[in-house]
Amino acid sequence: MRQSRSFRSLVDMPFFLPAATFALVVILWQLVADVFAIPSFILPSPTRILGGFGQIDLARWLEHVWATLRIALIGYLLSIAISLPIAIMLVRSKLLSRAFYPILVVIQSVPVVAVAPIMIVVLGSEDAPRIVITCLITFFPLVVSTATGLMATPEELIELSKSLRAPAWREVTQIRLPYAVPYIFSALKISITLAVIGAVVAEFVAAEKGIGYFIQFSTSFFKLPEAWAGLVILVIMSLVLFQAVAVVQRVLFPWSLPNEGR
Amino acid sequence: MNAKMKIAAVGPAIAPPALSFKGLGQIYQTGSGPLEALRGVDFSVDRHQFVAVLGPSGCGKSTLLRLIAGLLKPTSGGVEAFGHPITEPRDDIGIVFQKPTLLPWASVEDNVVFPVKHKIGRVSREDRERARELLAKVGLAGFEKRLPAELSGGMQQRVGIARALHMNPDILLMDEPFSALDALTREEMGFELLRIWEAQPKTVLFITHSISEAVLLADRVLVMSGRPGRVIEDIRIEIPRPRSMETSSSVEMQDYAGHLRKLLLKRPETQS
Repeated sequence: MRQSRSFRSLVDMPFFLPAATFALVVILWQLVADVFAIPSFILPSPTRILGGFGQIDLARWLEHVWATLRIALIGYLLSIAISLPIAIMLVRSKLLSRAFYPILVVIQSVPVVAVAPIMIVVLGSEDAPRIVITCLITFFPLVVSTATGLMATPEELIELSKSLRAPAWREVTQIRLPYAVPYIFSALKISITLAVIGAVVAEFVAAEKGIGYFIQFSTSFFKLPEAWAGLVILVIMSLVLFQAVAVVQRVLFPWSLPNEGR
Repeated sequence: MNAKMKIAAVGPAIAPPALSFKGLGQIYQTGSGPLEALRGVDFSVDRHQFVAVLGPSGCGKSTLLRLIAGLLKPTSGGVEAFGHPITEPRDDIGIVFQKPTLLPWASVEDNVVFPVKHKIGRVSREDRERARELLAKVGLAGFEKRLPAELSGGMQQRVGIARALHMNPDILLMDEPFSALDALTREEMGFELLRIWEAQPKTVLFITHSISEAVLLADRVLVMSGRPGRVIEDIRIEIPRPRSMETSSSVEMQDYAGHLRKLLLKRPETQS
C-alpha cells in the first residue's frame, strides 16, 4: 500500500515520467546496438556517441557551437525586427495587405534548402547569406502570427480608442500589440527552432565552422559517432533556446500565458 | 417672438436637451443588399434623465448607441448632444460595453485610467487618485493592483463602469452592460448603478432587452420595434426613488412590466 502510494507521487512529479521514458529508450537503444552488433556507421550506440564528444576538444566544440548559435541569433533578431513592422503594416492597410500578402506566401513557398546555394553565390561566403537564409525560414510564422494577433483585438477596445479620438499609433502600441503578445510568443517559439535549422542549412552549403559544417564533415569521413554527437548538441541548443523564449514570456508577460501556466 | 421671450424668462430650463434625435435613420450596405437598421427615430432626452431603450435583438439598439458615440455617421437625420450635432466622438460621452473588455495585461487601476493614458499619453497623480476614488465607489477598494483575470464577471463590469466614469462624461451610454451576468449579480449591479447615478446624476442611455431591468432602473422606457428599428412607445416610469429590492416586487412595477410585455408580445425573442 505504502509503496504504491510513493510510486504514485513519483509519477506525479512533473519531470519524472518523460525523464524515465527517455532513459528507457536510451537503454533499449544501447542494448539493441550491442546485442545485434550494429555497425556504428548505421546506428552508433549511446556510449559510442558519448565517445564521439571526446574526439575533438572542448574549445573546438565551443567554436562550432558559437558559430551556429551566432548566425541563428542574428538571423532571428533581424527577422523579428523585419516581421513585426510588416505585420503592423499588413493590418493597418488593406491595400498593402492585398499587395504584399501573396508575395509573402510565395517567399514562404520557396524551399529554403534550395535557395541556400544561390544565396551563397549571390551574397558571398561570409555571414550575410547565412543570416538571410535564417531570416527567410523564420519570418513567415512571425508575420502571420503577429498579424493574426493584431486582428484578434476585441472590437470594443478599438471603438473605445476611436471614441477617445486617440492618435492612431497608440491604438497599435497600447491595444493591438499587447493583445498580440500571446500570438507573437507562439511564433517566437516556433521561429527560434527554425532559426537553428536555417543556420545549419546555410552551413551545409558553405562554411568552415559550425555544428552543421561539423556534421557534414564527420559524415563524409564516416565518423558517425561524431556526427551524432553534433546532432545531440543541436537538439540541446534548440531546446535551450526554446526554453529561453518561454522564460522571457513568463517573466515579462505572465498575463499572456494560459491560466495553468502561471 | 414668444419663444425667444420664454428663453429669456426661464433661462436654463429651456437649455437644449442632453440628446435629441431628429428623423434618425441608418441603412447599412451589405453584401446581400441594403439593410435598414433604424428608421425615423425622433426623441429627446433631458439632462440627468435615466432612459432605458428596450427592444428585441436586432432592433438597431447598438446602432443607435454607436451613432450617439459618434462612431457611425447616420444615413439620414441626425443626433445632437446639448444642441450640437454629433459628427465625431465627444469627450463628454462615455461608453460601457456589453462585455467589460478590459486590458488583460493592465491592473484594475491601470484599466480605469486607460482612457486618459490612451488619449493624452500620460497619467497624472490626480488621475490615479480619481481612479481609486471611483473604484471605491463601485465597491472595488483594495482590488486596484489585481489583474482583470482575477476578478469575477460582475467585478470586471464594475471596472468597466469606473473606466467610463473616469473621464467624467455628462452622458453615459450603456450597451446591455449586465446581460452577461447571472440573474442575482445582474440585479445587484442595477441597484449599484442607481446608487452611483443618484449620488452623481448623469444622462444615462441604458440599452437592454430585459423588461424588468428597464422598469427598475429608468425614468423613462423607450420601446423599439424590430428591424427597421423605430421608437414605438415612450413610457415614463413614475416609481419613486430611491428604488430598492422591494421595488422589484411592487404592484406598480408589475403593472409597467405587464404593459411592456404586452407591447413586445409578438416578439418572442424578447425576454423579461
